[in-house]
Amino acid sequence: MNELTLEQEFQAKIDADLKIEPKDWMPDAYRKTLIRQISQHAHSEIVGMLPEGNWISRAPSLRRKVALLAKVQDEGGHGLYLYSATETLGIDREELIEDLHSGKAKYSSIFNYPSLNWADIGAIGWLVDGAAIMNQVALCRTSYGPYARAMVRICKEESFHQRQGYEILLSLCRGTEVQKRMAQDAINRWWWPSLMMFGPPDTDSPNSEQSMKWRIKRQSNDELRQRFIDMTVPQADFLGLVVPDPQLKWNEERGHYDFGPIDWEEFRNVLKGNGQCNRQRMKDRIKAHEEGAWVREAAMAYAEKRSRRQEQVSSVA
Amino acid sequence: MKNNWPLWEVFIRSKNGLNHKHVGSLHAADAAMAIENARDVYTRRNEGVSIWVVESKYITASNPEDSDAFFDPANDKVYRHPTFYNLPDEVKHI
Amino acid sequence: MTTANLPQARFEYLLRLGDNALILGQRLSEWCGHGPVLEQDIAITNIALDHIGQARSIYAYAAELEGKGRSEDDIAFLRDAWDFHNVQLVEQPNEDWAYTIVRQFLFDSANYYLYQSLTRSSDEQIKAIAEKSLKEITYHLRYSSEWMIRLGDGTELSHQKMQTALDDLWMFSGEILMMDDLDKFMHDLGIGADLDAIKPLVDAKRRDVISEATLRIPENPWMQSGGKQGRHSEFLGHMLSDMQFMQRAYPGMSW
Repeated sequence: MNELTLEQEFQAKIDADLKIEPKDWMPDAYRKTLIRQISQHAHSEIVGMLPEGNWISRAPSLRRKVALLAKVQDEGGHGLYLYSATETLGIDREELIEDLHSGKAKYSSIFNYPSLNWADIGAIGWLVDGAAIMNQVALCRTSYGPYARAMVRICKEESFHQRQGYEILLSLCRGTEVQKRMAQDAINRWWWPSLMMFGPPDTDSPNSEQSMKWRIKRQSNDELRQRFIDMTVPQADFLGLVVPDPQLKWNEERGHYDFGPIDWEEFRNVLKGNGQCNRQRMKDRIKAHEEGAWVREAAMAYAEKRSRRQEQVSSVA
Repeated sequence: MKNNWPLWEVFIRSKNGLNHKHVGSLHAADAAMAIENARDVYTRRNEGVSIWVVESKYITASNPEDSDAFFDPANDKVYRHPTFYNLPDEVKHI
Repeated sequence: MTTANLPQARFEYLLRLGDNALILGQRLSEWCGHGPVLEQDIAITNIALDHIGQARSIYAYAAELEGKGRSEDDIAFLRDAWDFHNVQLVEQPNEDWAYTIVRQFLFDSANYYLYQSLTRSSDEQIKAIAEKSLKEITYHLRYSSEWMIRLGDGTELSHQKMQTALDDLWMFSGEILMMDDLDKFMHDLGIGADLDAIKPLVDAKRRDVISEATLRIPENPWMQSGGKQGRHSEFLGHMLSDMQFMQRAYPGMSW
């Protein structure tokens, strides 16, 4: 079969909403796009462990401590599921991690913001996970089978994360003045970066059109962003927190909230490496990886030693 | 420096009476570690009562290019299915 | 001690168990997001969660016995170091994966037999907690033993790192098995474990694993002690200032 018919058949499968599986023929660009997107998603989970991990040792109650610990651990698990999905495309995790550490691969910019007070843990759960879930639910129907299956598993597990975050804020907002101040401070800092998580506007999103055609992506950045805002604003109202956007207003005619302009200059800067924590996050990841090298190596050496010993025993017997 | 752990496929039996089902993969240095990692990664929420792991390189998969020859021939073997056989309504429990 | 001291004695005995679990869980949770490989990051966090979970059930029972209306959080966050009764071993820093594994193994190898004998406690609540925890601790011991062997008998570098960790931590390994008056009192009442009786089992387990790991037990027999009575190493104070920060900076609030 020539390339053209293969490509037509491939697109026909996608159009019929059939899943693509690892050994199926796929255009090179589809494979590359997937590797980029899924690994970026995996890296985001792993780097995302850091700002929240920052509060594990200081969680204000034992109940909060175990919930946060389990949650951050889940992010690690999600990173692992996603690395596994990427590996079905013929690349190994080690290579993906090298790309992260060299700066070749990206991760979600949101994790380059610092987590400064306890309410940040609430805000990250509510807003950041909320935005992530919105993206992820859309991805459960993505065309690549292993990615879709990983997303289904992740979405199931994520459902407690957002509730965990919202509950933290609820406790603060029902608490003392200083607790409310913490909560408001966190929203002030996390609101806009959360909206940026949906990516640049559709008019300015280079990969979107092709990804939609391949059904890797199923909804546009702007659609998801609007839906997130519509869903989140009433939740903020319920908490009694002020969304830091003076232009935010319900538009009866559109049936949506109107909102102020997003500072894409800031977004591009953080993406470029100018966020407060870009260097810190990468330093932490690289340190963990490098300091783990002797452990990984020793475990491998032991496994080989043992299997050699077993072979010797069986050859004697 | 060789510190890449091989990839393992993980299969979990969610409860007795059901088949083991593929759930994903992970890296481990040896089989014992693979089982434990699978327990820690894939059964954090009571998802399983039994785990199988197999090093990914030992799995042989059918080739999608063969799928016409492999699977289409089964399409028209309708006589393998109970609905192929017409029985009068009066006959029960069959 | 007389039976008049029983409530206080039992409370303190529970704190020994609960504080071991909390402080070790707190230490292990520092690994979350920084493990040597993703799979082990997740594994060590599971163990941290087990320990903190154990601490919570023990504190809940201790608070109930005490009857002063304190909560598990009051017990965890509102005591200073001298009122903590964990062994000094569990507060030692993570350093690297070798120290973490050696610390875990030295703890698990004793904790396993300790909890095994607590499953025969005459105190129904302690018995129930021990039965549930023993399942977790059995897994911990398996995990840390395997890692002891894997790294001890891995590469030259890993062997050397493990031996260094063992040399440094060994002097903290004895305290958990030292039977003081409180331990004896609780044992006499059928509530606590007979540490003298489990010591040979623990010693044998440690000897077996350490020798399979091709490591050697340090020759110096001197053992540190004091943690159970509230005298700690420098590290605990720092752990508490971190762990208790919120409750201390914002007292009396609910979270």
